[in-house]
Amino acid sequence: MPTVTYREALRAAMAEEMERDESIVLLGEDIGVYGGTHLITDGLLDRFGPKRVIDTPIAEGGFTGAAIGMAMNGMKPIVEMMTWNFSFQAADQIIQNAAKLHYFSGGQVHVPMVIRGPNGGGVQLSAQHTHSLEGFYGHFPGLTVVSPATPYDVKGMMLTAIRDPNPVIFLEAGALYGTKGEVPDGEYTVEFGKARIAREGTDITLISYGRQVNLLLKVAERLEKEEKVSAEVIDLRSIRPFDEKTLVDSVKKTNRAVVVQEQWRWYSVASEVAAIVQEQAFDYLDAPVERVSGAEVPAPYARNLEIAAFPSEEDIIKAVHRSLYRGA
Amino acid sequence: MSTVIMPKMGDGMEEGTLLRWLKGVGDEIEAGDPIAEIETDKVTLEIEAAEGGVLTQTLIGEGETVPIGTAIATIGAEGDAPVEAAAPSAAAHIEAPVTAAPVTAAAPPAPVAANGSADVVAPTPAVVRGAGEKWRASPLVKRLAAEHGLDLQTIAGSGPGGRIVKDDVMPFITGGRQQAAVSSQPVVSQESAADSKQVAPTPAASAPVAAQAPSASGRPGGVARDLSKIRRTTGKRMTESKQAIPHFYVTSEVDMEAAMAFRSQVNAQLTDDASKVSFNDLVIKAAALALREFPNLNASMEGETLYDHANVDINIAVAIDGGLIAPFVPDADQKSVGAIARMAKDLITRARTGGLFPAEYQGGTFTISNLGMYDVEEFVAIINPPQAAILAVGSITETPVVRDGAVVVGHQMKIALSVDHRVSDGAEAAKFLIAVKKYLQNPMLLALS
Repeated sequence: MPTVTYREALRAAMAEEMERDESIVLLGEDIGVYGGTHLITDGLLDRFGPKRVIDTPIAEGGFTGAAIGMAMNGMKPIVEMMTWNFSFQAADQIIQNAAKLHYFSGGQVHVPMVIRGPNGGGVQLSAQHTHSLEGFYGHFPGLTVVSPATPYDVKGMMLTAIRDPNPVIFLEAGALYGTKGEVPDGEYTVEFGKARIAREGTDITLISYGRQVNLLLKVAERLEKEEKVSAEVIDLRSIRPFDEKTLVDSVKKTNRAVVVQEQWRWYSVASEVAAIVQEQAFDYLDAPVERVSGAEVPAPYARNLEIAAFPSEEDIIKAVHRSLYRGA
Repeated sequence: MSTVIMPKMGDGMEEGTLLRWLKGVGDEIEAGDPIAEIETDKVTLEIEAAEGGVLTQTLIGEGETVPIGTAIATIGAEGDAPVEAAAPSAAAHIEAPVTAAPVTAAAPPAPVAANGSADVVAPTPAVVRGAGEKWRASPLVKRLAAEHGLDLQTIAGSGPGGRIVKDDVMPFITGGRQQAAVSSQPVVSQESAADSKQVAPTPAASAPVAAQAPSASGRPGGVARDLSKIRRTTGKRMTESKQAIPHFYVTSEVDMEAAMAFRSQVNAQLTDDASKVSFNDLVIKAAALALREFPNLNASMEGETLYDHANVDINIAVAIDGGLIAPFVPDADQKSVGAIARMAKDLITRARTGGLFPAEYQGGTFTISNLGMYDVEEFVAIINPPQAAILAVGSITETPVVRDGAVVVGHQMKIALSVDHRVSDGAEAAKFLIAVKKYLQNPMLLALS
């Protein structure tokens, strides 16, 4: 199987599907001539021409609204948010129109569109450019929200997203665009609503999605090596719909859970995970579900503060120790 | 200084009785020395010292019964002053944590001691939970306690605020999930027909405790007596089994003519009694071979998980004073009938004299209960959990049978299989019985494999 980057896998998914399906168009700022701020769409203008790879003005509300109209009329637009932070400009279109038109029309209208872009922080972009919006978008019925962490999943889930008849919020792990992994050539899909067991274990369940999954894998290795603790790592992949079964089965096996997220703790994915675990695995819990989240401040710019504001290996290991009743 | 505790010698053991001290306060002790003799639900064992030193204190008296984990003695360094024995009532409240293997018994370690211990975190120092002080436990622990009949009041909690957590209770429960699947409780019971004949109350158990008020009719009320430990354990396990396992039963009749001839022929050649083959030995071998054909019945249901067993270990229900115990013949499918006969005889003899090691009755994959010697034509048995099935065997009776168109005297034996319906269905159970019949009616097959 070829080894490619997250970025290449994402680009391949869109390009291959564009070859198969002429109704797919790309819209976004600097995605054509410039090749995309993160080079996701590099080369696609030359390959598919300006009618299918459309450079837009800096007006997220406008081009997102235009894409919704295209989708209602049978096209399959893929909208790039240069970063998800800019989607606040388009939130009215996304939440009020894209998420609700199918419902409003009694099922007569579909909005088969994908809105994609990098989510989260970690690269010193400061407070206004550092948001993790999975909890925010995951809140709204009518939206599908996914957050792939590996090159394999980003390709398979992008194909599923394009083929989904409803709007999909595709949250890419921006910090992982350059990471490599094995990705098959050609067509395959990864189903939404199915978590991935990234590492099997028996003593504790560590849960996250997006770039924090890699952090959890590192922590799990350390726990194995340094403390003989066998940690299971679950990559949720899909925020809405949510795979409750994989999560609950794992916690029933390990009796403990630590959820990790970059976003703030209040009203977050981790809160939802904790609630599901206590509802469905209450009699299997040996300790309270631990949440490890971002610091409750706007994201700092200074590198040392930014590092301190996001979950670290040490933060997670401390939570693991609390859950295992070890140490302090 | 180290503390000696009442050890847990097997699944289901909740308390033990100190029969006698083998060492006195002030005696020098070397690691491995037997220091006391204890009686569990099923056997009598010696406790060995885990480390050497001087026995500085005995915390309970002979004849006293305490929950497992209770401190019963302390061993100090040489030169430590002996301490007067504490009042038994005080000692009963001291809870020593059950460490991985603080005490080794004279018997080979039971599965519980060998397994799971490596993962057990060293417990926190002993705690005393005062009278009326409520325990706190994690949801998991509460569920485990209910499932395994643990009294959380007597278990120390190492979590925040004294919360009882998984690591605190696991030493009281046999090993991990997989271990639990094969370390079944050995005690089995048969229904009514058996008990009145076999079970004589033990002297201790028959002591009158209290009298019931006369009934409305004026007839005298009953006299209360304590159940023996093994009676209580049997009762608890059988109640669990009958309530939790959806039993179904299939019965069949075996023509034992050929088996009788086979047995006479074999036994006529043997000079030593130890090797003589009983009908039950033939049934063990027949059932073991039939299980190889129907491996689904050689399984245990642990919670919602079914565990298949590669080994065919046949438990034999043995009537002993006050109850039943079921030691098993390991790998019965691979043993010759002669080997089964010798082993079964030895196990049954030692079961009756209290000389079984826990490893000999903790486990097994299928149970046979035979009341043939008691002139019981037919009965059904309660499944020995977590096993999937149990075979009840009746007497060989002279019955008119039709053979070659004529009524002749036949020798028939009725067998009944009780099966966990979650594991299997009637058709499979019936086919299994046909296989058992095939082997018993063609006993040369028993000698072949």
